[in-house]
Amino acid sequence: MASFEETGPRRPVIESIRVDRISPGARTWRTIRALLSLALALIILIPIFVMLITAFKSRVDITTPPPKLIFTPTLEGFVFLLTDRAIVTAGRLAEFQERAAAGEMNLFERIAFEGGLEITGPSDYVFRLRNSLIIAGTSTIASVVLGLLSAYAFSRFNVPGKGDLLFFILSTRMLPAVVVTIPIFLMYRQLRLHDTHIGMIFLYTVFNLSFSVWLLKGFIDEIPREYEEAALVDGYTRLQAFFKIVLPQAVTGIAATTVFCLIFAWNEYAFALMLTSQRARTAPPSIATMLGSGGLEWSAIAAGSLGFLIPVVIITFALRKYLLRGVTFGAIRQ
Amino acid sequence: MATIELRQVEKKFGSLHAVKPMDLTINDREFVVLLGPSGCGKTTTLRMISGLETVTGGRILLNGRDVTWVHPSRRDIAFVFQFFALYPHLTSKENIIFPLLAQGTPRAEAEKRVSEVADFLRISHLMGLRPGVLSGGDQQRVALARALVRRPEAFLMDEPLGALDADFRETMRAEIKRLHIAEDATTVYVTHDQIEAMAMGDRIVVMSEAVIQQIGTPAEVYYNPANLFVARFIGSPGMNLVNGRFADGAVHLPGNNHYPVPQEWLPALQRAIGREGDVILGFRPEAAILNENGALAAEVYASDMHGAYAMLHLNLNGDQIVHARAARGIRYPIGASVRFDLAPDMVRFFDPRTEAALPWEVR
Repeated sequence: MASFEETGPRRPVIESIRVDRISPGARTWRTIRALLSLALALIILIPIFVMLITAFKSRVDITTPPPKLIFTPTLEGFVFLLTDRAIVTAGRLAEFQERAAAGEMNLFERIAFEGGLEITGPSDYVFRLRNSLIIAGTSTIASVVLGLLSAYAFSRFNVPGKGDLLFFILSTRMLPAVVVTIPIFLMYRQLRLHDTHIGMIFLYTVFNLSFSVWLLKGFIDEIPREYEEAALVDGYTRLQAFFKIVLPQAVTGIAATTVFCLIFAWNEYAFALMLTSQRARTAPPSIATMLGSGGLEWSAIAAGSLGFLIPVVIITFALRKYLLRGVTFGAIRQ
Repeated sequence: MATIELRQVEKKFGSLHAVKPMDLTINDREFVVLLGPSGCGKTTTLRMISGLETVTGGRILLNGRDVTWVHPSRRDIAFVFQFFALYPHLTSKENIIFPLLAQGTPRAEAEKRVSEVADFLRISHLMGLRPGVLSGGDQQRVALARALVRRPEAFLMDEPLGALDADFRETMRAEIKRLHIAEDATTVYVTHDQIEAMAMGDRIVVMSEAVIQQIGTPAEVYYNPANLFVARFIGSPGMNLVNGRFADGAVHLPGNNHYPVPQEWLPALQRAIGREGDVILGFRPEAAILNENGALAAEVYASDMHGAYAMLHLNLNGDQIVHARAARGIRYPIGASVRFDLAPDMVRFFDPRTEAALPWEVR
């Protein structure tokens, strides 16, 4: 049989591709690689899939071996997660049955009542999720705004000791969080920042700042100075030029930095565990503590993790087109 | 519109002396080209006039007003950048209107002015488009419109055609010249392309190594270069410069050639060099007239066809190659012997020690 080098491809090549990449061998290898990647992706997705189905399983379905793939979905997990409940006493059972029959109960109350429970109020998790939103959101905005201003200064001005300062900013990231938690814990107790929103916002902002300064500096370095110079001779001040010209062009970098900062602040576990107890406790440590208190409500834990994923997924999805360029920053020009 | 005056303006970047103290007066409505190789200080000079660069010493006067330390936005000058510097997130129209909004021009008036300028530069159909989708020539038209729109005191252009394709460059050259005349503008134009400088400038300022080498009209810098640098830099190829020895009323050149010095040059040579001494003979390629009985002999080293004419590379002897223009019809095989004369009014002499041109008195 004639070799590929003698006959060439069977069909005319109508794409841009190197000769060594269209031989039958290369094509087979490419297919194998694609399959391997797919398999890897599936393996990585399994825990997320398990979490997803567990969140909608009833208590019985969760513990049934072997694990069921087909089951009647229920919102039980979410009810357990989001509410505090008490057992309905025998004396009030009739009253509850009457309300259920009259259709006066909302979805959550009905689900709780099916398990013989009444809802007494929202659970701690609701407040903790809110804490997470406040702390992660505010610290992200703060670190992106501060990072943008300092990145601009580092990029455009002759800051004395620029290299040392940039290294110092980066060095705050070099110690693992665990190493600094205890000193920070002691410091925070003295400063009365322990278990406060402002303390956590401050901490996450500082931690993200090194990242945002470096990332944004890369983006701003890529914006030619001529644009600002053009704005200057067009009659604008430096500050106006920054807002009208630099800012719109740094949008990609700002979006990418925002997502990365948000993911860090949202996922952070070690500091939150050590430095918060009640008022400012965020969602990640509280999901973990559910494992300890009372019986294991697997569906509630899964529902908690799922709910915790959603905000990040939404933001990442919304900013995905910037994110790809952000990850490859410096390498790909628009 | 404006006069621009530089008085002893200089610039240092640390230990690098980018522009040595220079004096330059640019008259109202004049088109002045700063010409020189890269790194000669021409762009730095332009940026100092605009205020995008500070001066290390000296004063800059705009219409007699000292603007040395005035913010760029308050100098009322427009700057056209090599890579256009159009704001990529704004449409052509928004780009052009941008400087007017800075001045607080009322919207209706600004819009009217933008459409006038767009008509003048024939870019009205591009107003809704962003710079990214425009061709290089159109981008530069929009950049010119942005510079033109607020009728500044002066236009400063930093190699505005450098990033364009050759055919666009020709068109835009005419466009800029037209704009300059229609606006009665004062224009300072930086380029390293001497053909562009010759074609556009009322006067050319030739710079090299941070120093002005010569200021003059295109004809002056072409026919009467002040020194060897200008002679080599202007023209393509530059002026032929041949080392020789002046003695007995003739210049002895390599290859046993003797060039009898024209009568009108003798006093100048004798005053500068004395009875005998080294001299550099300079002549443009078109000053060499091929002639069977010519005074100078050489061998054809190579020849290039340029369409309208042929350019011969002639070897006088050893390493001394000179260029000569020849009629296009005749073939000059490599190695052929030719003879030529020099047009007497196009011969120049330079002092090899000072590199300066010998002064020539017109009688």
